[in-house]
Formats: sequence, C-alpha cells, structure tokens
Amino acid sequence: MLYLGDDTDVNTLAQVQAATAAIEQALGDELIDLVPSYASVLILYNPLRSHRHDIARRVRGALASVAATPTATGRTVVLPVYYATETGADLEPLAARAGLTTAQVIDLHCATQYRVYAIGFAPGFAYLGEVDTRIAAPRLATPRARVPRGSVAIADRQTAVYPSESPGGWNLIGRCPTPMFTPDAQPSMPVAVGDSVYFEAIDRARYLALGGELS
Amino acid sequence: MTVLQAGVLSLLQDSGRYGQQRLGLSTGGPVDSVAFHYCNRLLQNPNGCTAIEISVGGLQLLLQTDTYICLTGADMPLSINGEDKNRWEVHRVNSGDILRVGFARSGCRAYLGVAQGFDIAHSFGSSATVVRESIGGLHGAPLQSGDQLPCATTSDRKQLFLPAADWPRYQNTLTVRVVPGYQQSHFSRVEQRRFFGSAFNVSRQCDRMGYRLEGPPIDCEIQGVLSEGICHGAIQIPPDGQPIVLLNDRQTIGGYPKIGTALSLDVARLSQLVPGSSVHFAPITLHTAHRALDLAQRFVLQRPLLERHS
Repeated sequence: MLYLGDDTDVNTLAQVQAATAAIEQALGDELIDLVPSYASVLILYNPLRSHRHDIARRVRGALASVAATPTATGRTVVLPVYYATETGADLEPLAARAGLTTAQVIDLHCATQYRVYAIGFAPGFAYLGEVDTRIAAPRLATPRARVPRGSVAIADRQTAVYPSESPGGWNLIGRCPTPMFTPDAQPSMPVAVGDSVYFEAIDRARYLALGGELS
Repeated sequence: MTVLQAGVLSLLQDSGRYGQQRLGLSTGGPVDSVAFHYCNRLLQNPNGCTAIEISVGGLQLLLQTDTYICLTGADMPLSINGEDKNRWEVHRVNSGDILRVGFARSGCRAYLGVAQGFDIAHSFGSSATVVRESIGGLHGAPLQSGDQLPCATTSDRKQLFLPAADWPRYQNTLTVRVVPGYQQSHFSRVEQRRFFGSAFNVSRQCDRMGYRLEGPPIDCEIQGVLSEGICHGAIQIPPDGQPIVLLNDRQTIGGYPKIGTALSLDVARLSQLVPGSSVHFAPITLHTAHRALDLAQRFVLQRPLLERHS
C-alpha cells in the first residue's frame, strides 16, 4: 500500500493519478492490479514471481520520476440531473435542515466543479468531492434497502450517482439519466478518476427524453 | 450439460477478474483456490479453466455430450446415474448420464469441473460470477434449472485421482495466519493481544464477500480511514469490534480500519467453514508468509496424482 497523503484534496489526487500511471509503466505485466483511491494506491503483485524488495525498488524509482506537483489530468463531464421530490426523496428534508429552499440546494449542488476522487463500492460508483458545506449532510441513520439506479445523492461532503439499483444510506436529491456503468460499452464509464464533473439541472420532460426512469 | 437442479448456490468461476478494480469490479473467482486448482489439475486442464463452485450442495446435471468430470473440495456425495463415485478423481461421463452432487458433510464449497472447462463468454476478461454486480457466468447470476452449460466433447483424458490420504480435511476449527499491517498501529498492544489470543466463531453472516466473526470486541483508536484499496484476506474491524475477513467478492475500497491480512492459503480454508466454527489468528511476518506460499506452490499444490486403469 502506497500512501501519498491523508486528506481529500486536488494535489493529493494529482499525485495518486501520476503515481498510478508511473507504477503501471514500471511494473508492466508483473502487476496483478492497482487500486487507486483518495490518497493511496494499493499495488497487487505475485510474490512467487516478483521479489518484494525488487517491487519496492521499482516503485520508488517510478515515484522519483513523478513531479512534486503534477498537474491534474482529466476531462470535464457534464451530468444532467432531474432534481425533484419524485426522484430525490431527501431533497426537501435536506433543504429544511440546511435552512434553504430546494431551489437553493439545487443551485449550490450545480455550482461546484467536482472531481472524481475514487471509484469503488460498486462497479461504476464514482466518489465526487467536495460538496458545498451548506448542503453537506450526514448519511441516513438507517440505509434504504433499495436506491433506484441513477439516483444523485449526498453523504457528508461527497456526492455520487448510483450506477445501479442497490441498498444505500446517502441522501437522495434527484436522478441522472446518463448510464454510469455499461459493461459492454468502451469505455464502460462516462467518468474516470481525476475527471471534473458538473451537474446541470434539467426538467422532467428532458429527463424522460434522455431515457430517465421514474419507477 | 443441462442444469436439472441448481442447488443452494452454484456459480461459474474461473480464476477471477483482474485489472478491473479501478472500475469498482470485484475479482470474484473460487474462494477455495486450492480445491479449484486440483479440479483443473486432475482434469489435465490449463490453470483457471471455468468450473462450477458449489456452495453447500444440491446440484444435478444432465450430460449432453461425452467427456470427463471431476469433483474436488468439500465432502459432498457424488453419483453418476445413481452410482456413488469418488471425489478428487476424474470420471468418464456420457451423453444422457445424470450427475448428482449431494449436501456437504464437511466443508461447504466444492468444485465440479469438466475436461477443457465450461465454455463461457468473458465479461471484463473473466467468466467469474459476481452476483452482487450481476457480472460473469451465464447471466450474472447463480445457476438456475434449465441453464445450458456449454462444454466440449473430449475423449483423451487420463483417469487421474488424488490418493485419499492427501485429500484436505475440512474441520470446524482453524488457525488463520495473519500478516499485521494496514492500520495495525492504531490498535493498542492490549487490543492486538486480545485479537491474537482469543477464539472467534464464524457468524451466520458469512458469504463470498466476507466472513464476519464473533468474539471479544477489538477496539481501535480510530473509527475509520479515508477509503482505500482492500486486498484479499484483509481483516476489517468495524466500530462493533467484530472482525470481518474479506474474500473474493469484497468491495474494492473501504474505510474501516484493518488490523492485518490473512494468508491466502488460510483464507481458502476459512471459506470452507460453516457458521459456529472456531477461528484463531496467529501473527506471521511477511517473509514467513511468502515462504509459506512458496512451499505450497511446490508441495501442497503439486502432490503426486495416480492413474486409474479400468
């Protein structure tokens, strides 16, 4: 396990991205898998094939080639969201607790440029940060047994789109019609770690026209 | 082959899905990698050919071609057309035969393989079924009655077997060797001694994702960490202090503190335990862990096979 920081910030994210690419290059097919996250990279190799000291030496070499302040790479992706009570059961309670109107919550959620910090939990589940503190909200005390596919949700200062129906404890504020994980597509996800994401409010008709579901 | 009865939980598995964890995909694959290895080795297949992982038992298949099969792992009774057959042995089967796998008497995971493996389309480079993700296998789900399992006609296999003295014994106590690591330093010396000095029971919450154990609560100074990659065998200690050993279908990243990582060979044995079984943890160094893997590679996985001449 390689730690590059201990906090959620864009500089650490850039380090993680640069380190992931450099380690992949340095270890080639001796690598079983790499799991980058907020501030760490898990490196999986076969100890029967590669000696740990040799792996460590090559990882150090790869990191030495990474600039101290790498520039973050990534594309900008816009995800449309139909914010409404019928798609976001927690929109009104979240607004009430924050002392805001639902329109203000929507504006604040759309005003931030988010970054993809990590992908995990479920295939295609992208952790986006960081949510404006005024609309940050703790996880539900009791998770829901069923969160519909496409649900846009907030937990603390993170936000995400549920790629498939699953249990979940995040606060639901709307739904996104863009599929977040399509196994047969190439690429299978519209976003990757390091990408920038904006949310754009759309109305019900547009949501349905884009293939959104209401069930 | 046609599935007549799917049993409790029967899943198509190859050696697992690698290189896709950054999309959030679990590795999947056989939870008892040793029994799976022997299934393919006995059948003279390349490593990692797709086989059926049978949990608990109850699988019935109708053969629609002439080939060879082999059952390894947990002690589940095997019969072909009602006639009892040995496990850990290659058997000739013909079109029209009915193959039955009964319920486990010890252990809980068995592997049913076929010569050349089942011919299953890959999803993200693997046939491994991960039910939680609806990926792999025939339709991302456990086998169902009526499923058709494609496999080739084969006529050139030796009828190899593993002598019974070398069959693994699946008992209901196990010592799991652990390489301390991850957030180990956030567990006080007293808590570490409690972890390595106590008996834990396998709870009812044990599946391919993880084995939750019950015992004296282990306290950690921290509630969680920034979500990070979780390796196979990682031992999480959630706020209730009850350890969870993470298996093949684990989520790729998570934020509970971890006290160390169980040796893969022992995780394979752990996956054969049923609720109520007793587990102890023993600390080992990384060096010892690598030596144990090396020895297993040369001895445990390479026991001599004999040939049955009929």
